Amino acid sequence: MTAAAATLPADRSGGPLAKTLDFLRLLSGRPIGLIGLAGVIFFLLLAFVVPAFVPYQDKVDVTAIYQPPSLAHPLGTDSSGRDVWNQIINGGRDILLVGFLAAFFSTVIAVTFGSLAATVGGRLDTLILGITDIWLTIPHLPILIVAAAVLNLSNLFYIAFIIAVLGWASLLRQIRAQVLSLRERDYVEAARSLDLGLFHIIFREILPSMRSYIVIHFIFAMTSSIYAVAGLMLLGLVPLSGINWGLMLNLANVKGAIYFKDSIWYILSPILAIMLFQLSLVWLASALEDIFNPRLRSGG
Amino acid sequence: MAATTPVQSQAGFDVGGRRTYGAARNLFGGIWATPIVRALARGLLTIFVVSTMTFFLIRLLPGNPVDLYINQVIAETGITYAQAADQASGLFNLDLKAPLHQQYFDFLTRLVRGDLGNSLLSQGTPVTSVLLAFLPWTLFAVGSGLLLSFVVGVVLGLLAAYWRNSIFDTAVSSIGSVVSSVPNYLVALLFVVFLGTQLRILPITEMRGASTPGIAPGFTPAYIGDVLFHGALPITVYFLTLIGHWILSMKSATLATLEEDYVTVARARGLADRRITSAYIGRNAILPLVTQFAISAGYVVGGALFVELILVYPGLGLKLYQAIQQRDYPVMQGIVLIITVSVVLANILADLLYSRLDPRIGRAGGAAG
Repeated sequence: MTAAAATLPADRSGGPLAKTLDFLRLLSGRPIGLIGLAGVIFFLLLAFVVPAFVPYQDKVDVTAIYQPPSLAHPLGTDSSGRDVWNQIINGGRDILLVGFLAAFFSTVIAVTFGSLAATVGGRLDTLILGITDIWLTIPHLPILIVAAAVLNLSNLFYIAFIIAVLGWASLLRQIRAQVLSLRERDYVEAARSLDLGLFHIIFREILPSMRSYIVIHFIFAMTSSIYAVAGLMLLGLVPLSGINWGLMLNLANVKGAIYFKDSIWYILSPILAIMLFQLSLVWLASALEDIFNPRLRSGG
Repeated sequence: MAATTPVQSQAGFDVGGRRTYGAARNLFGGIWATPIVRALARGLLTIFVVSTMTFFLIRLLPGNPVDLYINQVIAETGITYAQAADQASGLFNLDLKAPLHQQYFDFLTRLVRGDLGNSLLSQGTPVTSVLLAFLPWTLFAVGSGLLLSFVVGVVLGLLAAYWRNSIFDTAVSSIGSVVSSVPNYLVALLFVVFLGTQLRILPITEMRGASTPGIAPGFTPAYIGDVLFHGALPITVYFLTLIGHWILSMKSATLATLEEDYVTVARARGLADRRITSAYIGRNAILPLVTQFAISAGYVVGGALFVELILVYPGLGLKLYQAIQQRDYPVMQGIVLIITVSVVLANILADLLYSRLDPRIGRAGGAAG
């Protein structure tokens, strides 16, 4: 599980292009991983690049409610005759950003304190692990929902931060366990006997060999953050401006569109968008896991 | 560790009065080393942390609900601030004139007595009775779904590991990874949209609620059947969204166990295959899953909040949503607390179960007692 991380081919090769090619070559053995990567890239382009060419339009047309797909409306129209394809394009940004930021924050918390606990050990380790154990038992989602309701969050950054603050615990435990197993390696021992300092040992010796491990868990953290934020939007608790996939679901539920037969295209669009993005992330992550931690899945 | 400390504490007593302090510390250490005591202490600490968080969330933040409520009452009824504050303290269970740490202390002592204040919306209704009306349905649906998915998932995962790289393994593993990555509220939505609205296979609107009003509660076949009818959809959603996780975890745990020396030894001893599977592999592979089961109980109760809203199933999630819509803060606070208590209890149960299942912990306990 740990040795594989060190044999990362990108460690040796030269420029970023060579690294990318190397990575793609590895991934090409796993079709699921390639599909996942393609899906992630597709949704990133859809959410961050395409909106530059297709601006959000709020044009209401009550004569064209819940239209089936056509040339003018590739995914049909919603309850007020607005174009669904336009909403899908412009509605991904917020969810993806919150997912990314929340995963980033929680990974930073988990990596910092997890590696600190494992490297320093002793009382600090006991303390951090104790806090983590309690934090793990705290039911995140109810607290997140209440916090969102009370704080009236309207800033992406705050939402991501709260999701991260509530959800770093399980990641920390995994990072700590991983660092514990790396701590006894010869090169770490060597660094310690050379008295290179805690900072150097953690950031120069241990963390680089955990790169792939951290990336994989970052992706998984992103899926759970997206689950949480889309759920908050579904409840209508995140008053972000404009449109997003979660809000589309919220409107579909509140306005009863889910009980209306013609609205199928409108409802399926955000459901599929969220589902496919989550699936792409999971597929990419499990392919990476296959490549870098071969023991875990194939059972060698 | 659990095996040695009780013995040490007894030895400390034998030495006599000279070392009573050491003996007491050993005794305390012995008690502390028992998993159940540690689990209880951790559980109490968790409940304390969550109640503190909710208290300060509701009391301290700018534009906090208590101030909002006071302003609203003044605006609506025109009474003085003092009167409005009196009303608010009755409702929120807070003495607003006292300093904050005093309020916090009062809140905690009331909490210990099980007093969570009154609902804002239906005045005079204690929050505890609101909770008792909604909690059972969440626990019923979540518990059934979780347990079903665990049992079926563990069996499928074990088989997939046994026949690894077979068609069965590929099918089960890929289906497992797909269903576990789809958010449960989307599965619930798909059920409503496809089976309810498009194909009209399920009577979605009749399936709302926890039971049909006309049928009297009791251990009658009609009532039990009705409860299952109403619970079927949420249970199915939890089952489908959770099973993938159990399949994949059990598969990788089993694969790891298959390579252990004791399994090889058991094979070499010529033990029956079925005995190896159940006693040597299954029992050891399932161990890490038991703790995961407890941890996931928390996630699932939380995730149930979204599912109940979509399926209109009257559990804590639907109530929490209503409480948020109506700004009924004591109820919101109570729901968070009761969910925490449920999760903590599930964790303690898992710890007990773990010590029962783990042959090492089990033997140690047997030797001490």
